[in-house]
Amino acid sequence: MIDKLSWITVYPEIVLVIMACVIALLDLGVKTPRRTGTYVLTLLTLAVVAAMEAFYALGGQTFYGFGGMVVSDPMGGWLKCFSSISLMVTLVYGRPYAADREMLRGGELFTLSLFALLGMFVMISGHNFLVIYMGLELMTLSSYALVALRRDNATATEAAMKYFVLGALASGFLLYGLSMLYGATGSLDLNEVFNAIASRQVKHQVLVFGLVFIVAGLAFKLGAVPFHMWLPDVYHGAPTAITLLIGGAPQLAAFAICIRLLVEGLLPLAIDWQQMLALMAIGSLIIGNLAAVAQSNLKRMLAFSTISQMGFLLLGLLAGVVNGNQMNTESAYSAAMFYAVTYVLTTLGAFGIILLLARVGHESEEITDLAGLNQRSPLYAGVMAIAMFSLAGLPPLVGFYAKLAVLQALISSQQTSYILLAIFAVMMSLIGAFYYLRVVKVMYFDAPEAHNAQPISAPTDAKAVLAINGALILLLGMLPGGLMTLCAQSINSIVKSLGN
Amino acid sequence: MGLLSLAIWTPIIFGAVLLALGRDEQARSVRWIALIGAVVSFLVTLPLYDGFQLGTSAMQFVEKGSWIQRFNVSYHVGVDGISLWFVLLTAFINVVVIIASWEAITTRVSQYMAAFMMLSGLMIGVFSALDGILFYVFFEATLIPMYLIIGIWGGPNKIYAAFKFFLYTLLGSLLLLVALIYLYNKSGGSFDILTWHKLPLGSAVQTVLFFAFFAAFAVKVPMWPVHTWLPDVHVEAPTGGSAVLAAIMLKLGAYGFLRFSMPIAPDASREWAWVMIALSVIAVIYVGLVALVQQDMKKLVAYSSVAHMGFVTLGFFIFNDIGVSGGIVQMIAHGFVSGAMFLCIGVLYDRVHSREIASYGGVVNTMPKFAAFALLFAMANCGLPGTAGFVGEWMVILGAVKSNFWLGAAAATALIFGAAYTLWMFKRVYLGPVANDDVKALTDINSREFLMLSMLAIAVLYMGIYPKPFTDVMNPSVADLLKHVAASKLN
Repeated sequence: MIDKLSWITVYPEIVLVIMACVIALLDLGVKTPRRTGTYVLTLLTLAVVAAMEAFYALGGQTFYGFGGMVVSDPMGGWLKCFSSISLMVTLVYGRPYAADREMLRGGELFTLSLFALLGMFVMISGHNFLVIYMGLELMTLSSYALVALRRDNATATEAAMKYFVLGALASGFLLYGLSMLYGATGSLDLNEVFNAIASRQVKHQVLVFGLVFIVAGLAFKLGAVPFHMWLPDVYHGAPTAITLLIGGAPQLAAFAICIRLLVEGLLPLAIDWQQMLALMAIGSLIIGNLAAVAQSNLKRMLAFSTISQMGFLLLGLLAGVVNGNQMNTESAYSAAMFYAVTYVLTTLGAFGIILLLARVGHESEEITDLAGLNQRSPLYAGVMAIAMFSLAGLPPLVGFYAKLAVLQALISSQQTSYILLAIFAVMMSLIGAFYYLRVVKVMYFDAPEAHNAQPISAPTDAKAVLAINGALILLLGMLPGGLMTLCAQSINSIVKSLGN
Repeated sequence: MGLLSLAIWTPIIFGAVLLALGRDEQARSVRWIALIGAVVSFLVTLPLYDGFQLGTSAMQFVEKGSWIQRFNVSYHVGVDGISLWFVLLTAFINVVVIIASWEAITTRVSQYMAAFMMLSGLMIGVFSALDGILFYVFFEATLIPMYLIIGIWGGPNKIYAAFKFFLYTLLGSLLLLVALIYLYNKSGGSFDILTWHKLPLGSAVQTVLFFAFFAAFAVKVPMWPVHTWLPDVHVEAPTGGSAVLAAIMLKLGAYGFLRFSMPIAPDASREWAWVMIALSVIAVIYVGLVALVQQDMKKLVAYSSVAHMGFVTLGFFIFNDIGVSGGIVQMIAHGFVSGAMFLCIGVLYDRVHSREIASYGGVVNTMPKFAAFALLFAMANCGLPGTAGFVGEWMVILGAVKSNFWLGAAAATALIFGAAYTLWMFKRVYLGPVANDDVKALTDINSREFLMLSMLAIAVLYMGIYPKPFTDVMNPSVADLLKHVAASKLN
């Protein structure tokens, strides 16, 4: 019996949960103010887990475990691997920031982020409504606590409050939608739901009713319009290190549950959810881009930019099925996956700069705080410029290929409405170019302000990681083929296993 | 690595090295390395001309390798008679611009030089790309260094100009991208531009594609009425930036018409040629008149560029070989002449810090050597026989007359306006008595400036007196292009 559980599917999760507990216990004995011991141990754990996931993913096989409740497939493996790496990078950038703001008095930052990552892992590998929901809750509950980590800080507490209330609402939506589907199909298992819907014996209205709630819940998590309101406030209010933590790796997990729920579970309903995604994408592109132009706060601007980028990602998700035909599925979903992965890579760089520039008493969150950055540190300015140009979708940076892949998926559908959507999306990214360029302008064309003129110091590890991060955005831009193939193979294995 | 790749990547690698050198204290060595890099990358392009086989329209020096397998994108480069000269021109102008910026740039020298080196490599890439995505990558990537060049080293209103430049040209390119992806799907998964030339396309599709291309290339040329960014940008850009912009970057648009619009959408090109011709004639005549009333020398030359580029597009869309060749010759000639005009303004600006025509007068008295060069370039700008400017204009007018006498007559009026604004500017700036103390204090050009201007002067005269090497190279390719345009794709 116990062999049938296929423990192999959850070894990384087990490592993660044990290590999170061990680190929490060991941390009680750590006395250094910067918690070097805990920090190193956390990074080691993440590295081990990332390596395990990469090893699984390279194997290219799909295993089901625990009676089909969890799955270990290449897409999940890669997304989990990237999430772990993303969390590592976040912690490297964030540790000096957190230490200076007394966020390291206890080791909660490390333990909670490990638990958040565990939640993401469960979300990514869940193949059952309940498991996915559990993962989601584990991740978000840890994130709420992380946002409130500076409990004496009013804005952070307010952000945590907002995040908690709206996040709970979203979870409620999702749970409600899932229970509707359970009621209609009689199963919580994604494959069984898929087959039940595909057999067309379930009443369509009930399914669509549940679907609306599921899509709304997912949109909350992704930050798509009209469920985006929490995102700017939380990004802005949370301590920057935590902003990066909730804006980086969780996007990968959110993408994964979109694939798991919408594709693996509800693909036969694609016609219905595509329309919803299309409206959300249009709204996100408009509101995200227009609102970002008006921001003077860098974190808020990046938050609105996230909304617009999610709009682009949704375009990839909705282009998968054309008139009930799944010819386009692989290219569209792999484009969306590529988009999500490269978006996280770029966001890490952008927020990394904000983190490393921040000093106690001066958060350097305003765009004007970057003034003259090129004179103070060409490396930081260079990485930030690369990140901005990449987010704007300019070649030869990786963001361009992300947009290219999505546009290609839209246009290859040969549908006039999708081609118009593609044209609309590129027009909106022209507006996007304006505010990304403004950041570059401030860094390169303006003189530094007096209080910002002193040279920048940062720990060597953070500096090195930042340089690698910037170089990767450029290198993947010059040679995007490998990552694209990897995404395509991952999605391919999912498409092949649909309904089995 | 083939010759073309060497031509593309040598300047880019030198640029990266310069960027790594950083500090302003090493400005001297930075300048020398930049110059060596520019000269080396120019020398690398010379074997291209030497080894170029005349009498064929095939792509030469072709290199092809898979780049992004998933989308069947390849690193596919090659030159034919249309693009060969632009590769050489780009590398040549880059050398001149590096020399021109020797003393004028004192802050962030390494970044400045790196930007120009990289820009040069990227533009060579545009001219030699045979893959749609590769073309687009180079085409768009040129925006980044140019944006920085205008914004960092530009004049007082530089930020407005940098944004205007970037967003205007990006607007056009984005539609180009959609068109490229559409063609990719239509051709069954190929980004090969030469394959697209043979792709059968319906009439409606061709029209849409034609206007998507038009959006990208007309803005870049720039054609009337989307030319308004050009004077603003020229006024604010540093001298080197203006020179490269006028000499090379505007050609990217005109080149796009030849490589994309005409062969891929020939029926639409013929159907909408009247629009192109009308816009070109407006550019030639109306913008010529606008140039006449400019007070700012850079603005005047900028409007003159728009008018001259109008000649180029006019030559293309009358679809006869002399017109198309004339347009291409005009592009090359304009590269030399407008580059030289902007560098001359730069020479004056470095000394007096004014671009107003009214601040000068009688410069010939204090700078006789310089005035001689300026006169030569002014003459070339108004198309005097024996200079580069003449050949192209004459061929285009000839071609226009061939297709319609009145069209030729209208185009020919441009010669009058061109002469009027150029000579009038020359008179007000250089001739007459010394106007003020600034002019009195002027010192004549030094040997560095002499070198840079004489390089251009030789090019202008050589091309004016003996244009045969230029036309010989392009003839077969132009004939082949016209064959493509003449054959309808509709059946």
